[in-house]
Amino acid sequence: MVRSKTPYAFIGLAVTLLVWGSVWGLFYAPAETYMGDVQRIMYVHVPTAWNAMLALTFAFFCAVLSLWRSGMAWDNRLEASLEVGVVLSSLLCMQGAIWAKPTWGVWWDWDPRLTTTAVMVFAFGAILALRQFVEDPIKRATWSAVATVIAFADVPIVYFSVRWWNSLHQLQSSPETVSKAFHWPLRINAFGILFLMIGLISLRTRLAALRREEELAPPLPETAPRRAPIAEGASS
Amino acid sequence: MRYLLAALRKDFLLQWRTRAQAIAVFAFGASALLLFSFAVGPVAATLREHAAGFLWLGLLLSSTLTLAESFHAEAEQHALEGLLLLPVPQAVLYYAKALANTAALSLLGAALIPVMVILYDAATPRVPALLGIVLLGSAGLSAPGTLYAAMTSQARARQTLLPLLLFPLVVPVLLAAVKATSLIIHGDPMGQIRSWSLLLICFNVIHWSLCGLMFERVVED
Repeated sequence: MVRSKTPYAFIGLAVTLLVWGSVWGLFYAPAETYMGDVQRIMYVHVPTAWNAMLALTFAFFCAVLSLWRSGMAWDNRLEASLEVGVVLSSLLCMQGAIWAKPTWGVWWDWDPRLTTTAVMVFAFGAILALRQFVEDPIKRATWSAVATVIAFADVPIVYFSVRWWNSLHQLQSSPETVSKAFHWPLRINAFGILFLMIGLISLRTRLAALRREEELAPPLPETAPRRAPIAEGASS
Repeated sequence: MRYLLAALRKDFLLQWRTRAQAIAVFAFGASALLLFSFAVGPVAATLREHAAGFLWLGLLLSSTLTLAESFHAEAEQHALEGLLLLPVPQAVLYYAKALANTAALSLLGAALIPVMVILYDAATPRVPALLGIVLLGSAGLSAPGTLYAAMTSQARARQTLLPLLLFPLVVPVLLAAVKATSLIIHGDPMGQIRSWSLLLICFNVIHWSLCGLMFERVVED
């Protein structure tokens, strides 16, 4: 297997961009008029949200391709993107709670996007749990791909059902709704997390491929126990 | 259609032969309804207000027992492999099992309604509408529940895995069914029941089609 250095290059670039974007966002970008310094968490929260969605969307495509094509390559990518997607979505929930307490007065609110993200963490996290309980790699690949397709199809229904139920979260951020002074740190961190996500998914895919190789390898031939040579002329 | 009816007959026969289990699941659901009241206290108005939520939580928790057992007979002695060898589309086996589960959960829901009425004083004259929501909600739980039951019946820790996979997925069913039931019990001056029923129908259309398509992949070797 070729051990490319590209994932490490992505992670290195990601760290550089994240440091640059965060320093800009924390020390040079102006504070928001109403929320003050609390708003600065936006520079990691919004990029995390974008990239969590991207990772889980990639997981969905991997699941579809894993069902259509033979071989384990897409299953390895599915495992990697599911894990990274669940980690990013969990981080998103935590960052959201930290931002919600000083601005909304509560750690959690049953808003459509918060609830949908929490449901996504549990739905996709359950697929990771399923993978742990299935020994057969072929069945594991098929079942987790099926579960991913169903969970992904469910996300818009969850969002709209919770939206009808209750809503507090602000509208989606876009260049029109965000002040120009905030654009650059947000973009730099968005690319930082994107490159980090690509690097981590690549490394995790490589690890998954090594594990599959080991699982699917034919069992080693049983070696006959070595016996001491019987001396000539020896009698029982 | 002939194949579907034959498979459905097999599933209803299996459920009839294990009816003692259905009674045990009803007892579990009723005891869950009894226990929920201890979480909010004995205030009659509060209990009545939350009656719909309690009914659906009771049905959701009971559904995991019904669904987990639905592939038990087929999993034993590789009976499912024998069924898969039959010259019928494999989706037929899924739809028969899902319809049988819908019937079982609807009956369970209908049986839990009097328990809810007695414990929470949540009577309503709109019984047909309430039964309609129970049917739609049960179908919503059965569609993904049957597919996941087929998966987890062949995996380790199936009792843990089934609710873990199913609960996040059926959030829209739970929300819509609770809201619609609550509106039936407490009145619907804004005419919102139609929207919540529509959401249940949409969920059912998407999941019954998608899970039917996926079943073949889940059971193939």
